[in-house]
Amino acid sequence: MEVDFKGTPELGFFASRLDDVVGWARQYSIFQYPFVTACCGMEYMATACAHYDVDRFGAGLPRFSPRQADVLFVVGTISQKIAPVLVNVYQQMCAPKWVVAFGVCTCTGGFYDNYATVRGIDHVIPVDVYIPGCPPRPETVLQGLMMLQEKIRKEKQEL
Amino acid sequence: MPGSTLTRLQESFPEAILGTHSRLGEDTAILKPEALRRVARFLKEDPRLRFDFLMDLTAVDHWKRKPRFELVCHLYSRSNNARLRLKAPLGGASPEAPSLTSLWPAADWYEREVFDMFGIRFRGHPDLRRILMYREFQGHPLRKDYPIDKRQPLVGPKD
Amino acid sequence: MTETTRTMLLNAGPAHPAMHGVIRIELGLDGEVIRQADVEIGYLHRGFEKHCEASSYTQCFPYTDRLNYVSPLINNFAFAAGVEKLMGLEVPERCQYIRVLMSEISRICDHLTCIGASAMELGAFSVFLYMIKAREWLWELVEEVTGARLTVSYGRIGGVKADLTADFAERCREVTSKVSEVLGEVDELLTRNRIFYDRMRGVGVISAESAVAYGITGPFLRSTGVDYDVRKASPYFVYDRMDFDVPVGGQGDNMDRYLVRMEEMRQSLRIVEQCLEQMPEGPTNVDPDGKLIAPDLMADLGKFGKTRGLLSNEVLIEPTLQGSEKRFHDRVYAADKASRLPAKEQVYSNIEALMNHFKIVMMGHGIRPPRGEVYFPMEGANGELAFYIVSDGSDRPWRVRCHPPCFPIMAALSSILEGDQMADIIPTFGSVNMIAGELDR
Repeated sequence: MEVDFKGTPELGFFASRLDDVVGWARQYSIFQYPFVTACCGMEYMATACAHYDVDRFGAGLPRFSPRQADVLFVVGTISQKIAPVLVNVYQQMCAPKWVVAFGVCTCTGGFYDNYATVRGIDHVIPVDVYIPGCPPRPETVLQGLMMLQEKIRKEKQEL
Repeated sequence: MPGSTLTRLQESFPEAILGTHSRLGEDTAILKPEALRRVARFLKEDPRLRFDFLMDLTAVDHWKRKPRFELVCHLYSRSNNARLRLKAPLGGASPEAPSLTSLWPAADWYEREVFDMFGIRFRGHPDLRRILMYREFQGHPLRKDYPIDKRQPLVGPKD
Repeated sequence: MTETTRTMLLNAGPAHPAMHGVIRIELGLDGEVIRQADVEIGYLHRGFEKHCEASSYTQCFPYTDRLNYVSPLINNFAFAAGVEKLMGLEVPERCQYIRVLMSEISRICDHLTCIGASAMELGAFSVFLYMIKAREWLWELVEEVTGARLTVSYGRIGGVKADLTADFAERCREVTSKVSEVLGEVDELLTRNRIFYDRMRGVGVISAESAVAYGITGPFLRSTGVDYDVRKASPYFVYDRMDFDVPVGGQGDNMDRYLVRMEEMRQSLRIVEQCLEQMPEGPTNVDPDGKLIAPDLMADLGKFGKTRGLLSNEVLIEPTLQGSEKRFHDRVYAADKASRLPAKEQVYSNIEALMNHFKIVMMGHGIRPPRGEVYFPMEGANGELAFYIVSDGSDRPWRVRCHPPCFPIMAALSSILEGDQMADIIPTFGSVNMIAGELDR
């Protein structure tokens, strides 16, 4: 007899609990890839170091290989020259993956509205969380990170 | 001593100097572009002047004025603690100037930047290619007739 | 049997883990040895010079912040000083001291970041944590005065945005003593550390002659034994009253550059202390007994024309804006009315000041230096930082050229790297202290 497991309420319950568990685990084990280009990198350093301690959120270990990372932190202005590199790095990351636009240059292009810059990285890659600020204060960054965690937890988890 | 460099320069190259002034205490000599390398060599090697630093080399686009461009070099002499600005007006559809790379290796990248930004060519430069912009870029962004927001994206939408 | 070898091509960057800053080095490798290195820059070109041509003089300041974003204050002051020279403005003495003081704090931040980051890349992570901790203290100090941690826009043509806060000297001394403690700790951790020493000493060597030929300045040049420092050669602001030494190296390698930077930080601390001691109080022009009133109330009173009492009162303002009140205004701004913004209290309370403010801020009015050109060099954290400004007499600069100190160093990088090993790129590149913002502009 063929049974459609997806339709049964019991398994739906299990699947949704599993989702919760995986989501909970994922939100606290973020391996980030910092794609640091500009000024925002200074605040990124400040956030990562002892004063603000991003380790408290389980996101303390930057991985410098896109293949090992879950979250792409795009930190600083993206120029037209570096944009192909960014797309390349994004494509090399394994799913599930998330992107954080760190600083106003990556959100909208900021006040560098000229021939050399990309007006927001969402023109070239999808973005999950936008952290505005020029550069954002570490507190803002931490809030953005918590929003990302929230988003990761609530997502339908792909296994 | 302000002015003494200029007198010496005028004595040695009466035919190449178009004018001199020391406004705001900054010695400036305006030269015929073809004499640039000759004068620079003299300034560098003359035992009394010894301008050993090429501090900066850039250009200015005067647009509607003729000649349109002006090449500006800033020299510094450590032994006399003196500074000198050399200017050479450049005109024509494809402006050209002699390269200073044989005198100062510092000129290499500066000239590449001037070429990239203004489209001024340097005779005798070993490797004149773009430095700040990418190879595919058309035009020269610091020319006054290049619109500030004219983008030439490599990836993503073409604005 | 014959063996043939060929050079291997390898790209380091533009997104390389051990390279802070976007740059690509195309390496030709013979085994581990670098035979040829081609440095490609421009990945952070964001049109600073073009933007300045499209902005008024005041609007250029935020862009200068983001040139060398590790020491933005020096950039601010360099640009301001250039325009001031063009206009023939005389800045009050207190303001000059503030500029020197803040520049030196910025210089310390820059060197802390440079040494911290390059130590981290060599594996000394705790040094990085210590140094960023010290930088954080300094940033808190900077924030207190300027209102921002990093992108400060504190310089103004003819002055600075605000005076120092009331308890600044005390807080500053507290922080500088803690910073010098950190420097001591780092010194103990690194200077005699075998691993660190071996990777730095004799690596990335450049001779004095070729450093001069490449136009290199700053700590990089001084590590080769040339004692050129703009603060000594052509003193600006009040550097001629400061007593400090210019450390020089002898071998021009990474270790010397590290030692020069460490010593420069100690000298900067000395300058900071001297500034705090010597700084004059400066003129104030308001009755000190005036009571504090809220800014919105003051604006309302001004709108209704009840301005009689306002001029003698002080306004309560945001803690982050402390020091920009009227009573501090004359201390930190030049007397020239055509270039200085009036104090906020006056803008809100009388029409003359409002018009004055309007004339300076609006596009098409603004600050108008006379026709001419100026090249103003200052000692940035990386070397000679200069702005070449051409004015056509309008409210926007015709051309602003920033001479970035790390540009010539990067031009020389390929010749420094050739002959070294692949792994030596990391300490050498770290000691260059490349700041992409000012390199690519």
